[in-house]
Amino acid sequence: MEKFTTHTGVGVPLRRTNVDTDQIIPAVYLKRVTRTGFEDALFAAWRGDESFVLNQPAYSSGSVLVAGPDFGTGSSREHAVWALKDYGFKVVLASRFADIFRGNSGKQGLLAGIVAQEDVELLWKILETNPGTELTVNLVERTVAADDVVVRFEVDDYTRWRLMEGLDDIGLTLQHEEEITTFEATRASWRPKTLPAKHLPPVEIEAARPA
Amino acid sequence: MAGTLAEKVWDAHLVRRGSDGAPDLLYIDLHLLHEVTSPQAFEGLRLAGRGLRRPDLTIATEDHNTPTLDIDLPIADLTSRTQIDTLRNNAREFGVRIHSLGDADQGIVHQVGPQLGLTQPGLTVVCGDSHTSTHGAFGALAFGIGTSEVEHVMATQTLPLAPFKTMAINVDGALPPGATSKDIILAIIAKIGTGGGQGYVLEYRGEAIRKLSMEARMTICNMSIEAGARAGLIAPDETTFEYLKGRPHAPEGADWDAALEYWKTLRTDDDAVFDTEVHLSASDLEPFVTWGTNPGQGLPLSANVPVPAEIADEGERVTAEHAIEYMGLTAGQPLREIAIDTVFIGSCTNGRIEDLRSVAKVLQGRRKAETLRVLVVPASARVRLQAEAEGLDQIFVDFGAEWRNAGCSMCLGMNPDQLAPGERSASTSNRNFEGRQGKGGRTHLVSPLVAAATAIRGTLSSLEDLDLGDDVDITTFDGTPLAPLDPRVPLQV
Repeated sequence: MEKFTTHTGVGVPLRRTNVDTDQIIPAVYLKRVTRTGFEDALFAAWRGDESFVLNQPAYSSGSVLVAGPDFGTGSSREHAVWALKDYGFKVVLASRFADIFRGNSGKQGLLAGIVAQEDVELLWKILETNPGTELTVNLVERTVAADDVVVRFEVDDYTRWRLMEGLDDIGLTLQHEEEITTFEATRASWRPKTLPAKHLPPVEIEAARPA
Repeated sequence: MAGTLAEKVWDAHLVRRGSDGAPDLLYIDLHLLHEVTSPQAFEGLRLAGRGLRRPDLTIATEDHNTPTLDIDLPIADLTSRTQIDTLRNNAREFGVRIHSLGDADQGIVHQVGPQLGLTQPGLTVVCGDSHTSTHGAFGALAFGIGTSEVEHVMATQTLPLAPFKTMAINVDGALPPGATSKDIILAIIAKIGTGGGQGYVLEYRGEAIRKLSMEARMTICNMSIEAGARAGLIAPDETTFEYLKGRPHAPEGADWDAALEYWKTLRTDDDAVFDTEVHLSASDLEPFVTWGTNPGQGLPLSANVPVPAEIADEGERVTAEHAIEYMGLTAGQPLREIAIDTVFIGSCTNGRIEDLRSVAKVLQGRRKAETLRVLVVPASARVRLQAEAEGLDQIFVDFGAEWRNAGCSMCLGMNPDQLAPGERSASTSNRNFEGRQGKGGRTHLVSPLVAAATAIRGTLSSLEDLDLGDDVDITTFDGTPLAPLDPRVPLQV
């Protein structure tokens, strides 16, 4: 994962609340088995609308998304984060994020910063008054700057540290492998195991046919 | 120290407590896989040269984009076929148990775990699917994870997790006839909002919850995520133990006794304190339906579509205006007048045998409204077999419904079961997001009973709107068990 300290890029005002992950990337795009190439799927249902913010030239190269509250609700699909990243977004700012989305973002190096709603409104106003305005997101200071306006954002210490160091979660956990093994030895023997498989006798399933 | 149920399960799985802001490391007892969120995780393992740590705590099934017709033929959609082939190949390579199309235990992952008896009280259960919260109905700490976390669990059988807050949802009183556990959860979400549960684990408590069957409890826990909570759970009790006993992977003999002794400790201590408490009276509930494009936009069926001009909060007003426009509704229109094109009965929320039984009881001897189509999709192949053994399939077919094979189906339209643009559904599933059931599709979330009444009348309806006659006793339609799916009874196929 790339280290993240500061990022400067065009801010995109997304004046919508409750942007769920079905809006970020509809389910039909989830059939791919790769991790990249999802940029076309981002906000697919809205991209056909000329007035949609990303279809306006001033915002189309945006990399800092400023969204309404409850961004990323719904499905756990990490594809939502991949689609944002593949499009070129490095940062999403909102006053509230869905938990799973925020967790997924941190793991993929997309910064999900929590900004007070009044500051979101302020940023929207700046970005809409002067389309193409660049925002500078400073993870060290936890600030977002638009020209001389500076607002603060929150991100938990651990995620911030991991983003700044560019650390991989699995590698970090495997440093404690001995503790995992010790814990495993204490698990009750009756806890269920999927193998060897136990099930009822096999039964023929009849295929339904089109009416 | 006094603790809540969720805190007890958490503490029992602590591999290491985090310090300096680092999250706790929790052991995972059961990892469920399906074809959509696992391929990139397996790919990640392969790229990093890592193995699957515990194949014996992992199980896979095919559900999200499996067809519900012609399951014995090659899957027509090439990308769906690729995804399913990829899962099968990965399962073979990493030694994962898989239940594929055509297998009696194939079906929606959140039905497969419980029906095999793998989902048990006090476990930590994860899956790359947000409706993993379903398993919380057994008193397990169960939540959806992203693909990076799927890979993390594969490699380490643990997850780093930041602590959560606890919220008690107290549902008192008794459900009136015609109202179900689906109406309880839709009412809860409408009350606390789609973000109300963020950062919390919900514990559903109270008289109304205790009376519910396991399947009705699963419906409630299933939709915890629609209130923003990652997990929701219910303390195990006799209903839970009775459901589990005799299932293929339930403990046996002395193991059962040991497990039972432990399971009985899994309850919130009387003097434990929740971070937040919410109260709801079940006796005031009537069937709930959603009018908008998020699950929090729900109202009692007797209400009207909201009038945005009357909403004070600007963000909410704009969202409501947008939702009404997308849904093709008129502000102030009575919900009962909304005409439906498709009724979908199925999903991990309401595709279980009790759901099918209660629907069949309403539909028996009737014909569907001419104007709509009805899809009945059992949650698993086993549920389908059970329904067929009971003759429910014939009731559905005689009614004019399509009886399908198991899977997620029209809940999210990854397979051919989709709404056309502008088409309107009454759906027993869990999400009414824009385009969820097909691009441009319009979804009203409903209970199985509302779905059944709607299928008869053609407009959003409840049992009250039907002339049920004396032969149908609606007092049994309160979410209490008619008869649970019993795995020990051989199917008469």
